[in-house]
Formats: sequence, C-alpha cells, structure tokens
Amino acid sequence: MKWETVIGLEVHTQLATQSKIFSGSSTAFGAAPNTHASAVDIALPGVLPVLNKGAVECAIKFGLAIGATLNRVNVFDRKNYFYPDLPKGYQISQLAKPIVEGGALKIVVDGEEKTIHLTRAHMEEDAGKSLHEDFHGMTGIDLNRAGTPLLEIVSEPEMRSSAEAVAYARALHTLVTWIGICDGNMQEGSFRVDANVSVRPLGQAEFGTRREIKNLNSFRFLQQAIDYEVRWQIETLEDGGRIEQATVLFDPDSGETRMMRSKEDAHDYRYFPDPDLLPVKLGEDWIEAVRAALPELPAAMQARFQSGYGVSAYDAAVLTGSRALADYFEAVAKACGQGKLAANWVMGELSAALNKAELDIAASPVTAAQLGALIVRIQDGTLSGKLAKQVFEGLWEGAGEVDAIIDARGLRQMSDSGELEKIVDEVLAANPKSVEEFRSGKEKAFNALVGQVMKASRGKANPAQVNELLKAKLQN
Amino acid sequence: MSLSPDDVKRIARLARIEISDVEAQATQAQLNSIFDLIAAMQAVDTSGVGPMAHAQEVHQRLRDDAVTETDRHAAFQAIAPAVENGLYLVPKVIE
Repeated sequence: MKWETVIGLEVHTQLATQSKIFSGSSTAFGAAPNTHASAVDIALPGVLPVLNKGAVECAIKFGLAIGATLNRVNVFDRKNYFYPDLPKGYQISQLAKPIVEGGALKIVVDGEEKTIHLTRAHMEEDAGKSLHEDFHGMTGIDLNRAGTPLLEIVSEPEMRSSAEAVAYARALHTLVTWIGICDGNMQEGSFRVDANVSVRPLGQAEFGTRREIKNLNSFRFLQQAIDYEVRWQIETLEDGGRIEQATVLFDPDSGETRMMRSKEDAHDYRYFPDPDLLPVKLGEDWIEAVRAALPELPAAMQARFQSGYGVSAYDAAVLTGSRALADYFEAVAKACGQGKLAANWVMGELSAALNKAELDIAASPVTAAQLGALIVRIQDGTLSGKLAKQVFEGLWEGAGEVDAIIDARGLRQMSDSGELEKIVDEVLAANPKSVEEFRSGKEKAFNALVGQVMKASRGKANPAQVNELLKAKLQN
Repeated sequence: MSLSPDDVKRIARLARIEISDVEAQATQAQLNSIFDLIAAMQAVDTSGVGPMAHAQEVHQRLRDDAVTETDRHAAFQAIAPAVENGLYLVPKVIE
C-alpha cells in the first residue's frame, strides 16, 4: 500500500525582549541559577503579572509579516498543570483568542514552491528548567527561564514529507530572525520545534492518528525524528497494529522516538481566562506604526533580486537566507553593477572561505565594498577569473585594497597586445607539432597552445585575447 | 449536566487536592448546584451578544520592555525548604 505522510509543526520562539513577559526580570541566557527570577517569576503569593509591550509588539510584527489576522482584542488564559518548573501551577497562555490567526509562508522543495498555511500564533510564558542530575535524589530547579516570552506558532497539517517540514521550519527561522523578534539560537532553545506526525493510505481523506514529537532543537533532528516516526508508523500499521495518540521524545543517540505519555495520561489543562490580566487591545495606530517599521521581507527581496539584479530564483532564495547575507549581496551588487557576478562571488568564493573559517557573513574579513571593487576589475578586463581569485586571497588576508594588491603582487592582466603577440609567436615557434596537428584538423591542439601561452604569460594574459590572437596567427 | 463521584475525584486529582469519600459526596452536591446555575445562565438568549473575557470594558495596561528587577535570590531562597548551588531542590520528578 502507498502511504502519505501528514505533518504539522508547533514552534516555540523565544521573543527577543530585554525583560520577561510579565515581570521586569532580565531574559539574558546563561546567568547563575535563579538570579533572573523575581517574585513574579517564582510565584510568591500576592504578585500580579504586568504585560510587556515589547513582547506584544513582536507578535504584531510576526502577524504582519505572514499576512495574518491580528485579533484587535486578544485574551490570556491559564493552562493548569503541576510541574516544579512552573511554580504558579499554571502557565499563562492564549487559547480561545490568540493574538495572531491565519497567515501563510512559502517554501521551496526540489524546485517546487508550496504555500504552508498557519493556524495561529499566541503569546505565552516559558517554564523554568529542571536539572535531574544527582542532588541527593532530588531535582534542582532554575527559574531564570520562567516567564521568558514565547510566541508559539502553529501550522496547518499541510506538510507531506520531512523535507517539507524542514523547509518550513527553516523559512520560519529565517523570518523570525529577519524581523528581529527571535535570536534564532537553537542550541540555547530560542527556537524549539514540536512535530505532529501521522500517516494515511494515499487517497484517504481522513487523517491518521497522530503522534507528537516534542522539543526538537535542530533541523537535522527534525528530519531524522520525522523519518524514523513515519517508518515506525507505517511498519506498525502494515503489521496489523494500530497507532495510539501519544507524545513521544526523539533520542538523537539512537535516532529513535520513544513514548513519553499516552492519550490516557494526556493533560487536562482546564483552561480559563486569566482573571489577573485584562483583554489586550491592539490600536490601529500601533499596528500601522509597527507595519511602517518592518524591514523588507525575504519574499519581497527575492522577487526584487530576480528582477533587479537578474539572479535566478534559486540564487535569490540562497542570498536571502539571512538579512546580513542579503544586505551584503546587495551592497556588492550595487558597488559593481553586476548582479549575477556578485551573486556568483558571494555564493561561491566568499561563502566557501567563510565556511572554511567557520565565520558568519557579518564577520567577513572581505567587505562588500572590496568584493564589489574586485568585480569591477574583472569586468574592466584588469583581472581574469584566475587572477581575481588571487586578489581575493589577498583581501581575505587583509593585504589592503583591490588595486593595491593588484599592483603589489603584479596581478594585472596583460593588456599590451605587442607583448602578448611576442609570447604567442614564441609559443608557436616552440611547438611546431601542435601547430601541425591543429592545421590537420585536431581542435584539441589549439587548447594545448592556449595553455602554453597562458603558462608563458604566468596567467596574466587575457584568455579571450589569446584565443583571438592564436586563431588569427594560425589561419595565416 | 451533573457530575458523577468519579468526575469529582478526577477533578480533585488534577488539582492535587486529597479528599475523602464523604468530602467527595458533599463536594459533588455543591459542584452540581454550580452546574445548575450555569445551566440557568446558558438558557438565556444571548444571540447578538459577543463573548466577553472581562466584566468591564477595560483593557490591559502595558509595561515598557526594560529590566527593572534585581537579583534577590538569596532573600527568596532563605525561606525555601532545600537549596543547593542556587537551585531550589524538590522531590525528584522524571517525565
């Protein structure tokens, strides 16, 4: 039987605010335990939450960026459960009236574009951390993370493969970092993914029973966990078994998913509106001010790169992988006026060098202005592609500006045709055999002669000029 | 709608409240009378009335995003039953 995979993702993004969602504690990562946990965060009796305007603004930005409906009035609810890293006994979240509903994100998988719709995005507070190492048989609780603002972003079950799920998660990651509402640091838990996975016979309208894989903190784990889960579900069904609704955890070491709790133990959260918080109202003035301050979004920039700089759809998608990369590319393209060549250098030589040095584009030793100046020198014939790579190495080492490196290292392409002609004549005289072969119809011999000239010029001859000159001489 | 004794025990367990059978019975009667009140309210015709999350037409005040709290963990932990390396210690929980 042919099976179809159905995936929906829930992503928890930590919002990039200075302070927590309901208290004035710092959200900085990595502080000594409980030093960023105020009376509100540790839930001392009598404390009251006061909502952070910055967290709401992040949610508005996101809603606008995905073309969603912003609920002008939205409501916080209590989600009740007991766990020591949640000292109030409930998490403040949004259920019936979330701040964001609807919206969509475009993904590209194997050259095919697909639109993934979003169900909703709601604000909530993060829990603390439980440390289960041995504290005399007890558990240690650090409440620094408790109360960190989260935006939980829920997609429709519209992905049909792990590749699509990863593409969606990546597109979402790019977007939230692009608009600056999340630092995107997956190691620190700023972007955590839960995947709802089910399978059904191809053509069946109803969804199969789903299992939810919790807390995936890398794109690789997301892919591995879904692939394992899908294989397991199909094998179970083909062996005559049934899938029970459950929550599972992915173990990166074994590459397997294992059951955390079954539906019978599923939490009964008894949601109700939080009486400590009034409904949140979003004024039109506020929304319009946020809209006006939004940067150009990745999708719009991709379209502009294609029409304005003549780069391919694929290149445009790569170049808008982050705002820093997109800004860099655009600065190079503007500096040299050669979009396609700029794209090739940014995605080729520069990216390779950055990867090798494990550097981010923001830390590139070669500035956009320098790379632009280098491309100008290719364009005006001063440098061949090969010489340009040598100049690039010089720029990377910090040897100075483009023209200075060209002069200091003698990398200027030979422009004196008299000098070149002399070399061509010498090569022809020294290689009578190749000349003979070419005249008897062997095209390959011509390439050998071009190689000889290039070698004799120590790479400084202009290959196009060499071709022209050789042809002219050989036809005489 | 009325609650069974099992419903009452389940609610008590979810709220981590230990109750005896006698207390459960008394609570069942009290909760059921609350349900009667809800049933009476649900009988009211509310067509054309939007749902509301608060009794008054007021909205949440917002705070500027700024760090205003200082580290007071020593004072907070002075009254905690068990503390080590700045962590609160609780009976072991493994999910």
